[in-house]
Amino acid sequence: MKLENRRRILTTHLSIILVLFLLQFVVPPFHATMLTRIMVFATYAVGYNLLLGYTGLMSLGHAMFFSTGLYTTGLTIYYLDLGIVEAFLLGILASFVISALMAFITLRTSGVFFLIITMIFSQVFYLTTLYFNNVTYGDQGFVLTGKLKPLELAGIIIDFSSNVVKYNFALTLFAFSFLLNLRLVNSAFGRILVAIRENEEKAEMLGYNTLGFKRLALIFSGIIAGISGSAYALIFSYVGSSFAFIHNSINPLLWTLLGGAGTTIGPLVGTGLMLYLIDFTSSLTPHYPILVGAMLIAVILGFPPGVVGGIRRRWLKWLP
Amino acid sequence: MNIEVAIVLGLLDGVILGFNIALVALGLSIVFGVMRIVNVSHGEFFMLGAVVAWYSVTLLNNFIIALIAAPLMVAGLAAVVDRFILRPINYNPENTIVVTIGLLFIIQQLVHIIYGPYSRPVTPPIYFRVDFPWFGYSGYKIIIAGISALLMVLTWFIIFKTKLGLYMRATQQDSEIAQAFAVPVRRVYVTALALGSALAAVAGVLIAPVQQAYYLMGLDALLISFMVVIIGGLGSLSGTLIAAFMVGVIDGIVSVFFSPTLARIVASLIVTLVLLLRPRGLFGAEAT
Amino acid sequence: MFKEKLSRRDAIKAVSKTALAGAAAGTGIIGAVGGYFAGSASIPRVEGVQTITRTQTVTQTVTQSPVTVTKTETAPGKPPIKIGFEVHRTGIGAVYGLWYERTTLAAVNLINEMGGIDGRPIQLIIEDDGTDPQRGVQVVEKLALEHKVDFILGALFSNVVLSAAPRAGELKKPYFAVSEGYHVPSGQLNRYSFQPGITDVRAQLEAIADWIVENLGTKITMIYPDYAFGYDHRDWFGRKARSLGATIKELIPIPPTETTFTKYFTKIPADTEVLYHVMVGPAVLTFVKELGEFFGAKRPELFGFVDSIEGVDLASPGLEFLEGTYFWEAFPRYLDGYDTPYHRFYRQRVGVNENGADVKDPKNVSTFSHMFSCWETLFVIKEAVEQSGYKNQTPADYKAFIETLENFRGFNEGIQHPHGPKIFVGALHQAFSHQFISQVKNSRFKVVHKTSIDSGLYESDVDYTKYPL
Repeated sequence: MKLENRRRILTTHLSIILVLFLLQFVVPPFHATMLTRIMVFATYAVGYNLLLGYTGLMSLGHAMFFSTGLYTTGLTIYYLDLGIVEAFLLGILASFVISALMAFITLRTSGVFFLIITMIFSQVFYLTTLYFNNVTYGDQGFVLTGKLKPLELAGIIIDFSSNVVKYNFALTLFAFSFLLNLRLVNSAFGRILVAIRENEEKAEMLGYNTLGFKRLALIFSGIIAGISGSAYALIFSYVGSSFAFIHNSINPLLWTLLGGAGTTIGPLVGTGLMLYLIDFTSSLTPHYPILVGAMLIAVILGFPPGVVGGIRRRWLKWLP
Repeated sequence: MNIEVAIVLGLLDGVILGFNIALVALGLSIVFGVMRIVNVSHGEFFMLGAVVAWYSVTLLNNFIIALIAAPLMVAGLAAVVDRFILRPINYNPENTIVVTIGLLFIIQQLVHIIYGPYSRPVTPPIYFRVDFPWFGYSGYKIIIAGISALLMVLTWFIIFKTKLGLYMRATQQDSEIAQAFAVPVRRVYVTALALGSALAAVAGVLIAPVQQAYYLMGLDALLISFMVVIIGGLGSLSGTLIAAFMVGVIDGIVSVFFSPTLARIVASLIVTLVLLLRPRGLFGAEAT
Repeated sequence: MFKEKLSRRDAIKAVSKTALAGAAAGTGIIGAVGGYFAGSASIPRVEGVQTITRTQTVTQTVTQSPVTVTKTETAPGKPPIKIGFEVHRTGIGAVYGLWYERTTLAAVNLINEMGGIDGRPIQLIIEDDGTDPQRGVQVVEKLALEHKVDFILGALFSNVVLSAAPRAGELKKPYFAVSEGYHVPSGQLNRYSFQPGITDVRAQLEAIADWIVENLGTKITMIYPDYAFGYDHRDWFGRKARSLGATIKELIPIPPTETTFTKYFTKIPADTEVLYHVMVGPAVLTFVKELGEFFGAKRPELFGFVDSIEGVDLASPGLEFLEGTYFWEAFPRYLDGYDTPYHRFYRQRVGVNENGADVKDPKNVSTFSHMFSCWETLFVIKEAVEQSGYKNQTPADYKAFIETLENFRGFNEGIQHPHGPKIFVGALHQAFSHQFISQVKNSRFKVVHKTSIDSGLYESDVDYTKYPL
């Protein structure tokens, strides 16, 4: 890759993170909380995009990964009184385990069968959270209020009920996933994933272990999704089955496609666009779903590869 | 009530349910098979059928009209969607998902505004009780099965015995080659979408007296029919049918033995096993 | 937990004036009702004989209410009190949302006609939470941070309440659940969470268990949805019923998305005396129809909950099987179940006819046993503001507001509380009230029993007054 391109890409991505960091000092408080939410879900979408946009595998089961992080972190804090750091790390570990499991089971299938299998496994996960409702409180869920013990890092007290902490925690996680994703897709690993997406047979004939690469992609994807779930539990203090339900699998799909699958910035744009669209239109009229639906159609008609995909195609061809 | 009776009841309900699922799934299978797209608002067409049935019974005191009006209206809607939304995006599968989600929002909210958030009953056109030795059963449900079966035969006829059906099967197998053979692919697409959506609408009309008409009833129908289409195998209508009955019956039987949630977990895992062992579905012709 | 006995006062007189159609014995208005606002009662007691002129024409006869309201101007120049309303406008709770919004608007209009809160008009800001826990949090943040409301009128569905209330607590905004869930009194929420407008499910079940066991039977089979709402019934009712000597013969949970129920009925033991059912969701009509088809003429006693048919006309085809069966109601859907001038006035203002349906379209039945919570909660907010001297959104003001509210002992019946008198337990942040049991007669509800408020009071160690602000 040309050096100037590389620099441009890095600068762009770092600038985005910088802007997100600075926005908290500039925007009104409600928008700061909106951005916090967007960053948590954008992380989720970034993970999803790695699998869909780059590897070409559409999953309808990512709610399972999100909820693994959510429940692991939530349950350990609620029942075992674990600290935030431990619970978070356990969330990552659990996400890894589930993703690895799924990687080895589901990747025997592809295309629409992969779609269905992931959907079914996610459904099983959802039903399991309902089945063990004496522990998980099922669909009603449980709250972590008063159980999030403040951390102490280098003499500073970090209390998760503070809006500032929430914002910057979300930002840190998003930045991490964002840059990790960038690193992955701009490497040989990423290029092989794209090759698999474009023509898996050819990639195999060229000697690549496509199954192995797909597995890795799924594992990364699942871990990032799980991280966003853990973050949600810590920031919003609520854990419930609704996050394991299919709507939460369709969401990252929608955000990714809207923003631009196969672009690094697309997931952020798509998530922000969708969340703000709903928020904005719902204050205009109680019948806002019509507006939202119309916008979705309009955006895709105008930007078939998604917003960022369209921008990349028309103007900024160097965007990853 | 002993276990054998419960099983019989479960079976009976499962089969009837299977008929209804089969219709919706058949519609989805046609759309998916021929056009290779997932219409996320397929379930909303099903819901529209039920809502039209309610209007028909309440305003016109006539259920039969709905059986004709609903599929026609939905087919018309499908044609509009095809022309103004799907064609411009060139039937791109991923983009179709996004725009049909948008369509879902619009349809749902319009029904919410016009019909309301209420779940309203629809009087069945006929009501009689069939007395089995151990329990009573709704006669209307048996009629649903009958009409559904008829529609399936009709669909089979269209697909396998008409030129249009030939075009559809050709397009499904390989749209490029079909085009080379002067098959009017574009027209086939819109017909497939119209036909598939109309089937869903009729299913909605039929089930309305049993399930009530409610503006959110589409999601379940979509999910189940989608699952059934895949399990049955792409490109195989008979596979779809068999899978529909399997799903209906498994659901009916398993919940007799296990607690309902556990039953669903088990049923889902069984289905997954089937898919893993036969990744092309039960009767899938080829991989997608 | 109650620490002191409540003394009787002449507020009892107002309460005993209310007529109770077909009331069975045991409606003794206990001393508990003598509870009243701490400090002097400052609400104008409104009685009179003139009818209010309506500005709308109605096509249905609406029982005219002999209650007048003296129109008072709000004090000029005083800023409005902003109340945020988190409502289920879309999603599975949409039926409730529709009626909650109507009731709330009616209450706001009335309060503003009466001179507002502390002379300040209410500015109601409505946001849709889509009956989704994730959106619920977002709505709370928007109401608190962008609209900068003084108070938040909250949600119905328990999962949304559980997700939204903690956030409201973090943002230090009083959040008023209008739910009937056990979340507030369970102690898992925070000092800013209240439910003063409607009784919680545990209290409901403890209150009615007696009647069921005594009048319907001791061998009970329970059918309930296989999720939180159903478990509340399974657990709280089960416990209370067993303590009264009844046996729970069988528990039959049903997945909420189920569309056909006959196969579950085969699990009902043959010697069941009472079938307790609390199915909710759009499939309820199917449930009842199939129940009828299954049992035919010979059925056990049935006890259900009006939650099953909120928004559904009892005269709907397929519900014939309910004839003669019994239901819990929070607030009788049919006016003659609890006919008082205040109740009539309330119906008139909200636009509901004597059958609990929309006056503009009687095909649309309201969610009558839940929506009154919005009305009454708004008046509680009004009382607490005016008694505490709350002015701006300062921590000191909120502290005074909360402490005043926690000191309320109860609410008198009146136009502010048309549903009836309430006991308010400050430590639990929860109100307790009468419950009604009705029988279906000729496709209408006929109230056969009204429980005492006492019978719903339960022991609890929860004490929100000790939680930090």
